[in-house]
Amino acid sequence: MQKRLILDGSLLDVTIRRLGQQLIENHQQFGQTVILGLQPRGVHLANRIHRYLEEQTGVQIPLGQLDSTFYRDDFRRRESPIRANSTNVPFIIEDKRVILIDDVLYTARSVRAALDAMIAFGRPRSVELLVLINRRYSRDLPIEPTYIGRSVNTLHSQRVLVEWQEQGAEKDQIWLIEKA
Amino acid sequence: MQQQLSVKHLLGIKNISSEDIRLIFDTADNFKEVINRPIKKVPSLRDITIANVFFENSTRTRLSFELAEKRLSADVINFSSSNSSVKKGETLLDTVNNILAMKVDMVVMRHSSPGAPHFLSRHIKANIVNAGDGTHEHPTQALLDTFSIREKLGEVEGKKVVIIGDILHSRVALSNIFALQKLGAEVMVCGPNTLLPKYVRELGVKVELDVDKALQWCDVANVLRIQLERQQMKFFPSLREYSLYYGINKARLQKLDKQIVVMHPGPINRGVELSSDVADADNAIILDQVENGVAVRMAVLYLLAANK
Repeated sequence: MQKRLILDGSLLDVTIRRLGQQLIENHQQFGQTVILGLQPRGVHLANRIHRYLEEQTGVQIPLGQLDSTFYRDDFRRRESPIRANSTNVPFIIEDKRVILIDDVLYTARSVRAALDAMIAFGRPRSVELLVLINRRYSRDLPIEPTYIGRSVNTLHSQRVLVEWQEQGAEKDQIWLIEKA
Repeated sequence: MQQQLSVKHLLGIKNISSEDIRLIFDTADNFKEVINRPIKKVPSLRDITIANVFFENSTRTRLSFELAEKRLSADVINFSSSNSSVKKGETLLDTVNNILAMKVDMVVMRHSSPGAPHFLSRHIKANIVNAGDGTHEHPTQALLDTFSIREKLGEVEGKKVVIIGDILHSRVALSNIFALQKLGAEVMVCGPNTLLPKYVRELGVKVELDVDKALQWCDVANVLRIQLERQQMKFFPSLREYSLYYGINKARLQKLDKQIVVMHPGPINRGVELSSDVADADNAIILDQVENGVAVRMAVLYLLAANK
């Protein structure tokens, strides 16, 4: 299996800091801002960015986890169903500025489902999308990220593998691999 | 980790595995969060039509199923035998095939004959959920009962559960025995000898005739209703006498040296099997069972819909 490293641990730290600074530039005091990490893997990135923002600004920013399994448009079309994860949104998103965070943006179908899932909790003032890896030229839907960690050109035969220490990986690494 | 149920129909607890039950519980956890949101609905089953076919009366189960189906955005049609062609002599298979000809994907069925959903599952393509077949099984009730025990006590494994009352006529009892045993709980049944089936010991459950001893033994007491409508002969002298010997009241619970959880699948005959002060006490989780019923049925329908 061919494997190419896109980001290693130290570069990932730099990227997270840069994304954090961009958010601070746009949201300043974060008074009306909430962060939602998308299950299952976007939550790790959301946790790290959230931690960085709190360190830098000293402000407590509401952080939640959003699962979009029940909103997917490929239920009953897949070979086997996706197992649902927990949703935890213990705050009001009505009239808030929401930052959705995910690890990889590919066809944008899961972001579409996540937008539906989010709207079940209220009507936010605005929604931004932050992704660590943006796979270019592969969108099924007209959804583009507001903040990008890194853009990569990929083929449909490839897959982006994100390994987080939080998930038990030895170190943080992001790979581009050929599907078997 | 298992992603999918091992069965296409939920006919009974007997023929599903403990992994299936755990998958249903984990999925139900997520749906319980959904039904406590401001918008309690998800679009998962929006392309699915479900027929609720009830050949026997039901209020709670039917409402619970219908609510679960609507929370999942399924299209729902309801059928009850009291105002249908069944009265005109149509067979079960014909009735259901006619409903399926209208492009129905799933059938939730209650029937007074044990095995009716099993028979149907051999002849039709739609997924079938057994909502109670005679005195045989009532799988979703057992799932929501064990789910409620897991929620209240953390887990089911190792817990001691006594089922008290009319075991002979109860599909809830049989399904509960299977579900509790598959999850590793110890099960006892308790009731007057006439209401205990002859072969119940062969299921590996303890049998106790003295309700006070049973209560002292258990962590959870699941109290069943006396099903007068199924009793063709007298099984005990009078309701008053039953209540005296087997009714759960505050005085009985206060004699114990511990607090136990009290459950009831409803509808309660207050003053017969359960006194009001027990039914309304904090350690009674009867209304939690009803709430969990919707979440558990959502999980069952969702997981079965994936196994088309």
